[in-house]
Amino acid sequence: MDGTGVALRVSGAVKRYGAVTAVDGLDLDIRPGTCLGLLGPNGAGKSTTMRLLTGQSRADAGTIEVMGYRIPDQSKQARALMGVVPQQDNLDIELTARQNLEVFAHLYRVPAQSRRAAVDWALDLAHLTDRADTKTEKLSGGMRRRLLIARGLVHRPKFVLLDEPTVGLDPQVRQELWSLVDGLRSEGVTVLMSTHYIEEAERLADDVAVMSHGRVIARGRPSELLDEHAGRTAVEYYGTPQRLQEVQDIATAAGLPSRRNGPAVSVLRADRISAEVADKLGDGVHRPASLEDVFVLLTGEVIE
Amino acid sequence: MTTERTAPARPMTRVRWLEMSAVTGVWKRETTLFRRYWLSTTFSSVVEPTIYLLAFGFGFGSLVSVVAGYRYIEFLGTGVVATAVLFSSAFAGMFATFIRRVFQKSYDAILATPVDVHELVAAEASWIAAKAGVYGCAPLLVAIAFGLDPSWGMFLVPLIGFLTGLGFALFGIWVSAIVPSIDSFNYIISGVLTPLFLVAGTFFPLDGLPQWARALAQVNPLYHCVQLVRDAAFHVRPLDDLYHAAVLAVFAALMGFLAERKMRARLID
Repeated sequence: MDGTGVALRVSGAVKRYGAVTAVDGLDLDIRPGTCLGLLGPNGAGKSTTMRLLTGQSRADAGTIEVMGYRIPDQSKQARALMGVVPQQDNLDIELTARQNLEVFAHLYRVPAQSRRAAVDWALDLAHLTDRADTKTEKLSGGMRRRLLIARGLVHRPKFVLLDEPTVGLDPQVRQELWSLVDGLRSEGVTVLMSTHYIEEAERLADDVAVMSHGRVIARGRPSELLDEHAGRTAVEYYGTPQRLQEVQDIATAAGLPSRRNGPAVSVLRADRISAEVADKLGDGVHRPASLEDVFVLLTGEVIE
Repeated sequence: MTTERTAPARPMTRVRWLEMSAVTGVWKRETTLFRRYWLSTTFSSVVEPTIYLLAFGFGFGSLVSVVAGYRYIEFLGTGVVATAVLFSSAFAGMFATFIRRVFQKSYDAILATPVDVHELVAAEASWIAAKAGVYGCAPLLVAIAFGLDPSWGMFLVPLIGFLTGLGFALFGIWVSAIVPSIDSFNYIISGVLTPLFLVAGTFFPLDGLPQWARALAQVNPLYHCVQLVRDAAFHVRPLDDLYHAAVLAVFAALMGFLAERKMRARLID
């Protein structure tokens, strides 16, 4: 990739808004053709990171390179190769699906002779070919989100930024979008996807960067992160508050990580629970460990 | 995926400071949107001057027959061109720009594509100015229907409307990036635009006004627009008109500078 070997390289990026430091010494890189999931709760700095990459926010410190272009100096060249799907729907609602795509085919400088084909391709990608001439305000929430994604892909970008692509959607619609994103990755497009849905990161990301308070606190493949921090299985124990406290005390004494999980306590690294400790803990429900466990262990925060 | 594949995005070979493809991309959005609202825009830009011409023409015209050496229909028909240009450009600059930036977030979407802030501002302002140039002719056509004699010089009116509209569109864009909320436009409309369009020699000549008001009119861009339109319609005075055009150009340049700076501050953080 332009001799640098990475699609994105961020080193020591800092972005302050007054007294608030939204991005605080961020380091991030993405290998070409992979999907990096940026995982973190609201306010972790994910959206600010996305804006830094398009030059719409200017870092106070650090360096950013996208596809070999320095940001912000060469952000226009980088933006020409990037497709951006914002978290907030900013489609032109009074235009049809096709018109929205046509406008962005122009803005992304698709050559005149291939614009028509590019728009048809994007409509097909979004499964909106038969709704092409429907006004955007008449489309369902799921259709609009698909259109929003297709709008960022109409020029066949090499690098796609997806900011919380499925937030607020039905589980079924979310599944549809996942297959769309998965399709991108299989075509060799580099994807940076922010999400606070653990499952989304697990399904789609080759690599996950866990973000908290403006920096990356853990990075790796989902399976690596599990092995390193939470193990593969967890056991959940239910009961009275006293019982839950007791379970946590036993786990801590045995050197096992544990976390509160709604009405239950989860003891992680279940494969390491000895028979003796298992006896003391009593009956529990086994379940696979998740990135959520990793996240809670690392940050002490719960992702809503 | 049944549709034929298109070529992937290609790297940009070189980048100029102001790129036409960036500007035409924004125009494409405007022309596409315009197909939705052209009827209402056309309606108001034809009906409004008609009402002015009827109201002032019959109301005032019955009292006076000659104003500043013109028949009143001549004076009024050309004067209303300036108000039409002012309203279509300043209002579009203020309201449309504010709504797109704050409520619709359209500019965030556009600035994620290879379009920079100054190109966005240039595209929006020139599109509004082009509309002002075209719709500025509506009062003239209405006045012709009411008895104004057509002349070849009137073909210059769209150009005058464009130049004036450019300045006021940029003024509107600048203001839209300053005001804290959309209600604040009331201060601008009542405090700035209304005096501007009344003290520009549109409905009545400036001769009767006190010295200080006439001096103020010299820095009112709309006054220079009115003078240019009258000269174009009746008798071109090259030196004076060059001066009027220069004032309008300086006004547009100054507003362009301010609008770009303020919009950049609002859109890029």
